Amino acid sequence: MELLCPAGNLPALKTAIDNGADAVYIGLKDDTNARHFAGLNFNDGKLAKAADYVHQRGKKLHVAINTFAHAGGEERWQKAVDNAVAIGTDALIIADLGVLDYAATKYPDVERHVSVQASTTNLEAIKFFKNNFDVSRVVLPRVLSVQQVRQLAKSSPIPLEVFAFGSLCIMAEGRCYLSSYMTGESPNTVGACSPAKYVRWQDTDKGLESRLNGVLIDRYQADENAGYPTLCKGRFEVDNNVYHALEEPTSLNTLELIPDLIAMGIVSVKIEGRQRSPAYVEQVAKTWRMALDRYQQNPDNFVVEGAWMNTLANLSEGSQTTLGAYHRKWQ
Amino acid sequence: MKFSLGPSLFFWPKKEVEDFYQQAKSSAADIIYLGETVCSKRRELRAKDWLALAQEVAKDTNKQVVISTMTLLESPAEIQVLKRLCDNGEFLVEANDLSAVQIMHDLNMPFVAGPAINCYNLSTLKVLLKQGMMRWLMPVELSGDWLKILLEQATDAGIRQAFECEVFSWGYLPLAYSARCFTARSEDKAKDDCEYCCIKYPQGRRMNSREGERVFVLNGIQTLSGYQYNLINEMPALKSMGVDIARISADSSAAFTQLDNFREQLVHPTTTPLDGIAECNGFWHKIAGMSVA
Repeated sequence: MELLCPAGNLPALKTAIDNGADAVYIGLKDDTNARHFAGLNFNDGKLAKAADYVHQRGKKLHVAINTFAHAGGEERWQKAVDNAVAIGTDALIIADLGVLDYAATKYPDVERHVSVQASTTNLEAIKFFKNNFDVSRVVLPRVLSVQQVRQLAKSSPIPLEVFAFGSLCIMAEGRCYLSSYMTGESPNTVGACSPAKYVRWQDTDKGLESRLNGVLIDRYQADENAGYPTLCKGRFEVDNNVYHALEEPTSLNTLELIPDLIAMGIVSVKIEGRQRSPAYVEQVAKTWRMALDRYQQNPDNFVVEGAWMNTLANLSEGSQTTLGAYHRKWQ
Repeated sequence: MKFSLGPSLFFWPKKEVEDFYQQAKSSAADIIYLGETVCSKRRELRAKDWLALAQEVAKDTNKQVVISTMTLLESPAEIQVLKRLCDNGEFLVEANDLSAVQIMHDLNMPFVAGPAINCYNLSTLKVLLKQGMMRWLMPVELSGDWLKILLEQATDAGIRQAFECEVFSWGYLPLAYSARCFTARSEDKAKDDCEYCCIKYPQGRRMNSREGERVFVLNGIQTLSGYQYNLINEMPALKSMGVDIARISADSSAAFTQLDNFREQLVHPTTTPLDGIAECNGFWHKIAGMSVA
């Protein structure tokens, strides 16, 4: 099972490879990818360097072109595909049907992976992508339980990749317009959720308030840790009851599912976090490498170490982790 | 320009669903969509009941009846039901997931690409047309400018006549789908033990900010806009750019009044001020969806 790590810049990419990633995924420096943040991602020169570094070490590079192409602006997405292919990417991660069509027609020999943003959750949808674009991998959204992933892995004609660790989208990816509803910008159109430019922090006599485009997302008392106001992770009111109505600030962590995922034939575990620092990438890559190697050495006696869990919890939102939808009770 | 009544997104008792569609028969809608699009656990009406209801609604009217299908399909059992609905042999089908597109293509039958199919550009329109799409619902987060460009591109590409264009124009906007049931969570229940509690909330559960602002509406695994989308003032613009159908969502019986209002708006356009704490039209104007332009 491949360990696939994120990189938002060259130092993070080198760190990922040096700490045990089998493959790294990156995005270009524009709105063609779903982590379109200032100061992040790769221009043409850096892209070539990234490919060289990865390939010289016998590892793989995936390029995410996973937002939806704008009407009248499709050339930008097509050019992103051209550029990624030109530097010798091992795989293109694509969500948009039109971009997939372009890549499949123009570069039939370059691997195409269905992005998590395409929200592919069942066998018929997988068949759609196989039949139309001859894709070689599908990245599953974080909405399926372990049982559902197992069922799908058994019947899927294409290898599957799952999310293993990192910030948790609780909505079916690519089908969430909450961010554009509140700010005008969404992962699908702009490549960002709850963009930082709309965030305001304010100290008030009621507590520290976080707002997104003016809407109160959360209010913290002195003894509470304040987190980034991702709009689905705030506290809201439903019939006078104030709570995390959608989700708490928490991250996905599936270390304990390693034996299950390997047994069901999942080909790759993906770490979320292209927007995170090289230090984050280092710790997550190292911890997951250790866990995967430990399993390979002695599959029958695999136990998740407390130290691994602590390391990962410290890198998580709200310092807590969850199995998310993999665990039915979470749902 | 025609008007459609979108599928009801909420969970209503069977009798109320039947009464609602009795009213729909005599409403100003030209097209009536019906079926469960949100949660497969909602079984007041099963597949056969929806098909029977569709036959009842289609009887003695010249309205087009369309079967709307589920958006987030996660199990083989759900796919089985979807196949049954797709292969109904009588009614047009609205696909809300690519699984339905695949099934309709296998059946060699035309379909409507619903609002949860991510079709943002000309190349994607072409892909879907090749699959058999005959009508396209624009994703709700897109703007009038985006639509105008795309329809002009379709005209230039010579494919504009190959499909009808429908725009979600009134009602709570379907914004997101999750594995988690937020209505069950709001009652401190797990989804597997939800006791079908969303039937208690015929218009969903309001989720407000702590300042009382209506942010979202919780509707099972679906999150809806807190405000009702209202494009009544944009109807002349929709018409002039060649939109074929405006969709009024079946939120409640208010939808029937809105169908009349929207129809009237085409005949005698007037400007209706929107209520900024209950309505919105931001998406159309390329600003925050919850805003009023």
